[in-house]
Amino acid sequence: MPKIDRKLVARKAEVVSELKKIIKDENVLHHQDETRPFETDGLSAYKQKPLIVVFPENTKEVSKILSYCNQNRIKVVPRGAGTGLSGGALPMADSILLCLGKFNKILDIDYKNRCVVAQPGVTNLSITQAVQDKGFYYAPDPSSQIACSIGGNVAENSGGVHSLKYGTTTNNLFGAEVVFMDGTISRLGGKTYDSEGYDLLGLITGSEGLLCVITEVTVKILKKPQTVKAALIGFATIEDAGNCVSDIIANGIIPSGMEMMDKALIHATDNFVKAGYPRDAEAMLIVELDGIEKEVEELIERVHKIAKKNNSSNIKISKNEKQRLKFWAGRKAAFPACGDMAPDYYCMDGTIPRGKLAEVLKEIRRLSKKYNLPVANAFHAGDGNLHPLIMYDANEKNSLEKTEKFGAEILKYCVKIGGVLTGEHGVGVEKRELMCEMFNNNDIQQQIKIKKALDGSSLLNPGKVYPILRKCAEEGRVHVHKGKTKFPDIPRF
Amino acid sequence: MFIKEKQNFPISQDSNSFEYPQNERDVSNLIKKFYKSNIPIELIGSGSKRKMGKALQCAKTLCLSKLNEIIEYLPEELYIKVQAGTLIKTIEDELKKNNQQLAFEPIDFGYFLNGKSDYGTAAGQVACNISGPRRFKVGSVRDHVLGFRGVNGRGEIIKSGGTVVKNVTGYDLSKLICGSYGTLVALTEITFKVLPSPQEGKTLIIHNQKVESAAYLLDQSVNSSNDISGGVFFPKELALTGYTSNIENTFQLNDLKHEGSITAVRIEGSKNSIDERIDNLIKELHILHLSISILQLHQSEIFWNKVKTLELFSKSKNSILRIVIPPSEVVNLSYQLSNKFKYYLDWGGALIWVEAFELSEEMFESIRRKVVKIGGHVTMIKNSDYLPYVEDVFTINRERFNISQNIKKSFDPKRILNPGKMYTGI
Repeated sequence: MPKIDRKLVARKAEVVSELKKIIKDENVLHHQDETRPFETDGLSAYKQKPLIVVFPENTKEVSKILSYCNQNRIKVVPRGAGTGLSGGALPMADSILLCLGKFNKILDIDYKNRCVVAQPGVTNLSITQAVQDKGFYYAPDPSSQIACSIGGNVAENSGGVHSLKYGTTTNNLFGAEVVFMDGTISRLGGKTYDSEGYDLLGLITGSEGLLCVITEVTVKILKKPQTVKAALIGFATIEDAGNCVSDIIANGIIPSGMEMMDKALIHATDNFVKAGYPRDAEAMLIVELDGIEKEVEELIERVHKIAKKNNSSNIKISKNEKQRLKFWAGRKAAFPACGDMAPDYYCMDGTIPRGKLAEVLKEIRRLSKKYNLPVANAFHAGDGNLHPLIMYDANEKNSLEKTEKFGAEILKYCVKIGGVLTGEHGVGVEKRELMCEMFNNNDIQQQIKIKKALDGSSLLNPGKVYPILRKCAEEGRVHVHKGKTKFPDIPRF
Repeated sequence: MFIKEKQNFPISQDSNSFEYPQNERDVSNLIKKFYKSNIPIELIGSGSKRKMGKALQCAKTLCLSKLNEIIEYLPEELYIKVQAGTLIKTIEDELKKNNQQLAFEPIDFGYFLNGKSDYGTAAGQVACNISGPRRFKVGSVRDHVLGFRGVNGRGEIIKSGGTVVKNVTGYDLSKLICGSYGTLVALTEITFKVLPSPQEGKTLIIHNQKVESAAYLLDQSVNSSNDISGGVFFPKELALTGYTSNIENTFQLNDLKHEGSITAVRIEGSKNSIDERIDNLIKELHILHLSISILQLHQSEIFWNKVKTLELFSKSKNSILRIVIPPSEVVNLSYQLSNKFKYYLDWGGALIWVEAFELSEEMFESIRRKVVKIGGHVTMIKNSDYLPYVEDVFTINRERFNISQNIKKSFDPKRILNPGKMYTGI
């Protein structure tokens, strides 16, 4: 992480006192015991207590805090619900952790313009809950939707199991109110389908808290489809399952969700929720289709035929809503189910071209043997987003390091075959050093220049997303030849 | 470039001021040269949208028309990667072979700018980010660009994104490039997401509605579970002077009655489901007692083609405005438009296209104030002889201008790429 500003740490009492002039006393936490709960996010392998935690209650307070920190060169790490899996909200010892937990209200439900205006701390699921009585819902549904905040979804451009048909957060967002590091409050977008000028809303979505703090979000809501049905399909080989996925798409069918799990995960999840999965299968697909009844029936029939053609060993079609949800229950419990298999697991998140699935899984099996660590695979097959879950025991010496190296090799392979490092979890601190695998110096420099354009002193969430060379070299992840790195001019945060 | 075409451009230039790079390396080398010598350049593809935005005064024009090849098309991976100057027509013809399409419906300004269809190039569509009638269902151009390569104002080749839909690796610069009118990057390569074409499409027409009831019907249709993919309203035309086309001569279709206004809803999908959805809509909208008709497959396709190519404004000599608003505001705003103007609603009421005869700058600014007040924006898509120049083609406020200026500097510090095309100073 960036070098700790010891002088600032020594001035902690003064900073606390200044912050208490901006927000209520009780919203400034600074004792060790108070800051400890915030030392990590969903990537719990990394821990660091922040210098101070603040809970502003409105946009003006956020603006004043940022403005004060900007003038005094104090680093700020924004945090929503802290469910991120790449360490995007990991604090620094000399940073202020800015929590949006008190921004927890839905401000406006506007059916006429088919949108909801919410504060960033509102959970993803509560948006759907707020509009479902009128038959509407919010489409992106990350697995953590019960807990993750909508502001965090925007910062990470969260996806979910239905992104193939309905897109990710960026495709379901109308507008946002944001505060830049100098305290400038700006409204991006609104309640219209498109905005004019540079698409700043598109830029900040998925920017992992490096460009601004989100203080209000306007999301698009959709009418619920009349009928939703799911097919549960087992295959004797991963290759057949992969071919079936490509075949469904090639036949012009875009399912609302298409998920795959390998044998290890079929067993783990079926033990966990008794979902009725085909336990003898090597791979399993959940294919979900939605629309009007006649169309769904027709498409399910076509999927059935395509699955048979691709040697499916077992097919079940959901007979009712209860059964459909049961099909999903196992998939949605994939991560906790892994907890039964090993003391710890590490979730990776690469995206690959769909057609390369069997090839990638073969490589993961090879690496699993090489590192002697078991892996279970969950896969958003429709959009190519792969989640290998590497199982390890953190109590074993160097096991986390070994796991991280294994994970890094998987992601490098994803990039090598035309995929990307992260599909929905973000780069954060976790994949920072791997950015050089995907981007060259010019690409990274351009992104850093954008960061500098909006946060001149690089104070907002520093140390995330972009590589720090010193660390790269220390960890042997960047090739250093005769003391020269490949990208000598990448600045250090 | 032909002399006649050149004369039609805002600033006539000598042919030796045109550069035709053959590849990305050429684009980079040329921009590096212009960067060093502080020479501002205009970027064009085929020139189909060159008249949009503010007129440029550049010493050089960089024409990307030679970068016109399809690089890779993988139908089962749902993407097509093309060189920036590839014609949209070439791309769509290729996609048709696999029953796929650019679902955002590329816009065609050829009819009202030059009197004939001209979709222009991939880069032109991305630069303008203006999408057709299916926008409210599938998203805009920006939602269909998976990645790009291009050259920034320092001559550096940069890339962002990839070929996959789910990708959060680094900032999403594809979004920033869409709608930037060539002021940030000279695009060299674009990867579009493609989608299967619907098996069929039909159109439900409700005749002779006033704007209030039409807006209500469109709103109810978009809000229904029937998954409509287009919703437009053409008001009843008054006998106006100063216009070259009208609804009757634009939409000459066998099954389309001309009884006052036209409210049209498009339904696409599998053959069997379309009829059921139309029946559902008729019931849900309670319109059985009204004058309705249905356009079958071929006529429906022709109808929507005419909508997305803005044929109603063909060969127009008037100002053309594009107004994007929250749909709840559409009726009130339509009341405030002069009855000397022609307009129609698209995107189920979230977009108003206006052809304005004898529009003065004061009138334009007055429209802008009203639109901004309700949370929308207005763009001067085409100037007229009556109003050949407006200071602000696009709408922006001070704080967004400042942020945009900083973004511009990060890509193009010397402001050599399309300087002033969008805003003075950017």
